[in-house]
Order: sequence, then structure tokens, then C-alpha cells
Amino acid sequence: MKLKLRYLIVLLFLLSIVSLFIGVKNVSPLDLFSLTEQQKQVLFISRFPRLISIIIAGISLSITGLIMQQLSRNKFVSPTTAGTDDSARFGIMVSLLLFSSATTMQKMLVASIFALLGTFIFIKILDKIKYKDAIFIPLVGLMFGNVISSMTTFFAYKNDLIQSISSWLQGSFSTIMTGRYELLYLSIPLLIIAFLYANKFTIAGMGEEFATNLGMNHKLIVNIGLVIVALVSVVVMLTVGLIPFLGLVVPNIVTIYKGDNLKNTLGYTAVVGAIFVLVCDIFSRLIIFPYEIPISVTIGVIGGVIFLYLLVRRKAHEA
Amino acid sequence: MKLNLKLKISMLAAAVLALIAVFMLIKLGTNLEYILPRRFKKVLAIVLTGGAIAYSTMIFQTITNNRILTPSIIGLDSLYMLIQTVVVFVFGSMGIANANVKVNFVITLGIMMLFVIALYRFMFRREGRNLYFLLLVGLVLGTLFGSMSTFMQVLIDPSEFLIVQDKMFASFNNINTDLLTLACIILALTGLYASRFTKYLDVLALGREQAVNLGVPYDYVVKRLLIVSAILISVATALVGPITFLGLLVANVAHQFLRTYQHKYLIVGSMLISMVALLGGQLIVERVFTFSTTLSVIINFVGGAYFLYLLLKETKL
Repeated sequence: MKLKLRYLIVLLFLLSIVSLFIGVKNVSPLDLFSLTEQQKQVLFISRFPRLISIIIAGISLSITGLIMQQLSRNKFVSPTTAGTDDSARFGIMVSLLLFSSATTMQKMLVASIFALLGTFIFIKILDKIKYKDAIFIPLVGLMFGNVISSMTTFFAYKNDLIQSISSWLQGSFSTIMTGRYELLYLSIPLLIIAFLYANKFTIAGMGEEFATNLGMNHKLIVNIGLVIVALVSVVVMLTVGLIPFLGLVVPNIVTIYKGDNLKNTLGYTAVVGAIFVLVCDIFSRLIIFPYEIPISVTIGVIGGVIFLYLLVRRKAHEA
Repeated sequence: MKLNLKLKISMLAAAVLALIAVFMLIKLGTNLEYILPRRFKKVLAIVLTGGAIAYSTMIFQTITNNRILTPSIIGLDSLYMLIQTVVVFVFGSMGIANANVKVNFVITLGIMMLFVIALYRFMFRREGRNLYFLLLVGLVLGTLFGSMSTFMQVLIDPSEFLIVQDKMFASFNNINTDLLTLACIILALTGLYASRFTKYLDVLALGREQAVNLGVPYDYVVKRLLIVSAILISVATALVGPITFLGLLVANVAHQFLRTYQHKYLIVGSMLISMVALLGGQLIVERVFTFSTTLSVIINFVGGAYFLYLLLKETKL
């Protein structure tokens, strides 16, 4: 099956080239060797950063979803369905309140702490739930997320921050350009750590007793996984915005074909995630050209439909 | 024990009456013909929605055998927002449907009912009886509606967006009198219909197997009660706007306060608690915060915090 991954990478490469040449300012591949000054600027200030951020965001979110599903042993858990995203947003609001002109680093720090806290609370709640139904758990997670965002609304409403908060709700690549997306690079080392720990996450996913029997510090591994998830989610949210369902849909599709061993699936998940976001982005840029739809809407709709399909499919298999 | 319960209920009823009195009479001023009817309308709206939401949540939690769920999560709130956004998006803020609140109310209610019935029909035919599955599908659909509304909200004119934003938060000010009458009638009819089934609730709370064993036509009753609960929530939402966590809050407070499993007390108790919460909350919003925040934001905040506390404290869920 090694071959297949290679095809996927070729596909990703082709799509990337397509993505580079779509936009209001016309730059065609033929111009490459005789670029005007303006075309050069368009390419290097806007198009390349956009492409890079799409690929990083796609890879990061899919992989965080995969890690969370492995650690919680539930296929329907992801940053969206575990309160991570909502907690991060709460953290961003807190940082806006505390330091009125928060720098990106401050926002990132505070938001990460909150995202981490929210995710830990969710994991704690999971421990308490006796009825570990695969469908009940995301339900609790989504409710939990709603609760957190109702608190965000409470403080935001009092301080006239509703509008700036809702802008974090909308993921979009249209504002990405040089100087505004570099924070995303932070997730690369985190993803490398994730790759290094892949085997351990797989074992941790087999349950605490089993993992401890194999001589592993279960708690430590789970915590490392959650820290990676929280940091990556915050980085993406601060640069791109919220992209719902991505971490849910991509890992599930890959798992259907490739099974549960993280070592085998991580690469596929990363590439498929990048391709998925890239395709959705190209679609959102073309459908009402020369305007564009925010990526969170496209993925929210497409991802939601796929998620529903996965749910129904799972039930059909059970019956 | 029974006396004790009745005493508690009477205490709640007294609290509601006292709050209504305060609400009607505080800082009355001189312009009585103007102020009193206005306040009366508000009180009526609060009592109606509070009662409807509490009743519906109580039924819903009993059917789903779960105290951390509320009927709004099947996507009704988001659907409401989507409909309002679409109306403003298509017709503009001056559009017909918006100018005529009655048409808007009826259409909104109709679409919400259609959605619920379609969802239930589809799910019950295909999936048999896993309620949680139904809820998750509803929740995902809710997120879908949310994405679509956000998208349209970005596209509409900022001044028209303000109208949409107004609808995001439930409000008891400026409620149309005709709507109130209409809502009254619908709620009364629904309540009357539901009263046929409420006697089953105590048994339903035991779970599906026991209920069937005891001779309750389970599927028949549950389907009807689910629809009743959806109608009640839809009417309340279409009347004042979404208050997601109110039901969750009052149903759980009712359980803790009354400590009984008899639904005739639980339902009445939760309805009264809900009215106390809304009336008290509205008083605080008007007199303490002087309208600097809205009731639904406070209720959602308090309800949400309480919910978190429940999740973390309860050992068994």
C-alpha cells in the first residue's frame, strides 16, 4: 500500500499548483518565467503563504483529531466535540479582556492554557461517565462546548466583544499573507513530536491497564498527547480561525481503509487532511468568484454531511 | 412526605406570585394605563415560555433517561437563527415577513415543526430506537445550520446584521399581543394533548424494558411525547428567542429541591422554578444591570455553570 501514499502526495502537489494560480489577480503558469513585479508580489505575499497555511492547518487539525480519538478510544471525539475549540475561544476572550491590546504571543499563551484546561475537564468527565456509548460521549462533549461558549458570550456581551469573538468563529484563509501566518510554523515541531510518539499513543489507546502492563507511563503519554492537541488547536485558531469537523472526518475516513495503528495512519491522515482542506479552499474560492466563502462554512457543511454519513454507516454496520 | 412536597410546591407558587406582584408594581409612576398592560404582557410571556420550556425539558429528560440533555440540542435553536437570518438576508430588514411579526412567527414555527417531524420520522424508521443517535444527528444538523447562518450573517449589511443580532438573544420586551394570544392557544392545546400521556412518565423513567414490561405502549407514547416537547420548545423559541440552558437548569434544580420521582410534582415544580428564575432574572436585568446585559445571556451563563458543576460532581451519569 506504500504506492497509494505516493499517489496521494502527487495529487496534493498538483492541487497545490492549481491553488497557486487561482485568484482575482491573474497569474498563469505561463507567466512564471516572465513575472511582472506585481505578479511576484501576489505570489510571494499572498499565494504562497496561503498554500503553506492551508497545508499546515489541514495536517495539524487532522492529526490532532486522530490523537484525540486514539487517546479517548472513541471515534467521534475531536477538538470540536470535546470542548477544546470552545475553551480556546474562551481563553482568547479572557486575554482580550485582561490585556486590552494583547500581543499574539499573549493571546496564544492564555488561549492554550484554557484549551488545555477545557480538554482536561472533558477527559475528567469522560472518566465519570459509566455509560460509555460511542454516540453519547460526543453528545456530552458538544454540550460541554456549548456551556463554555455560553460563558464566553456572557463576558463578551458585557464588554462589547461579541463581534471580535465571533470573528474567531469563522475560519478563513483570505486574510493570510506574509507577516500574519508565521505562528502556524509553531505546529510543525509539535507534529514531529506527535510522529515520534505515534507508537506510544497507539498503546495508550489500548487502555490504561494494558498500557501500564506493557511498562508505559500511561498518564504521561496521555498528557503529552493532550498538550499537543491543545497547542496545535490554538495555533490554528489564532491564525486561520475555527474549522469545524475537520479533525473528525479525515481520521475516520483514513481509519476505514488503514486500521488503527497510528504508525501506519499518521502519514495518510496528514496527507488526506491537507488534500481535503485544499480542495475545499479551491472550491470556496471558485464558487462565487471573484469573492470567496470562508473555509469554515465550506468545511462545516461538507464535513457535517460526511460526519452524518459516517454515523449512519456505523449504525448500518452494527445492525 | 407528601405534605412536605405539597408545601414546597406552595412555597414556589407563593414565590412566583410575589415576584409577579413586585414586577407589576415596582416604581409604578403615574401613567398607569400605559405601564400596567405593558408589564402584564411581559409577565404573561415570561410565565408562558418559562412553563413551556420547563415542561418540555422535564418530559424530554425522562424519555431520554438523562438529566444532562435538553430538547433544544436537536438543532432547534440553530434552525431558528437560520430562519431569521434567511428572512433578513432575502427580504432585507424592511421585508414583508419581518414587518409582519405574525407571518414570521407562523412560518418559523411551521418550519421548525416540519424539521422535527421529518427528523423523527427518518430516524425512527431507519434506526429503530437509539435516542442518543437521533440527538447526535440533530446536534450535527444544528452545527450545519449554524455554519450557514454565520455565512449569511457575514454577507448582509452591517445595519441589517443588528436586527439579526437582536434575535440571537431572547428578549421579553416588545412582544406582540396577537402572538401572545396565539402562543397561549397553541400551548394550551399541546398541554391538553400531552396530559393524556403524563401518567406514563413515572413508569417511563424506569427505562424502556421496565416500561414495556409494565404494559406501557412505549414507542407510541415516546414518539408523541417527543413531538410534544419539540412543539413546546419551538413555540417558546419562536415567541421570545433561544434560551438554551434554562430547561436544563430548572429541571435539575427541581430534582434537587423536590427530591421525588413523581412527575406530577416534578413538572409543576420545575415550571414554577422556571418562572421564578425568569421573573427574578428579568427584574435583576431591568433594575440592577439596567438592561446592560440580556436575560438569556445570564440564564445561559448560570445554567451552563450549574451544568458543569453537575457534570463534575455527580459520580454517576
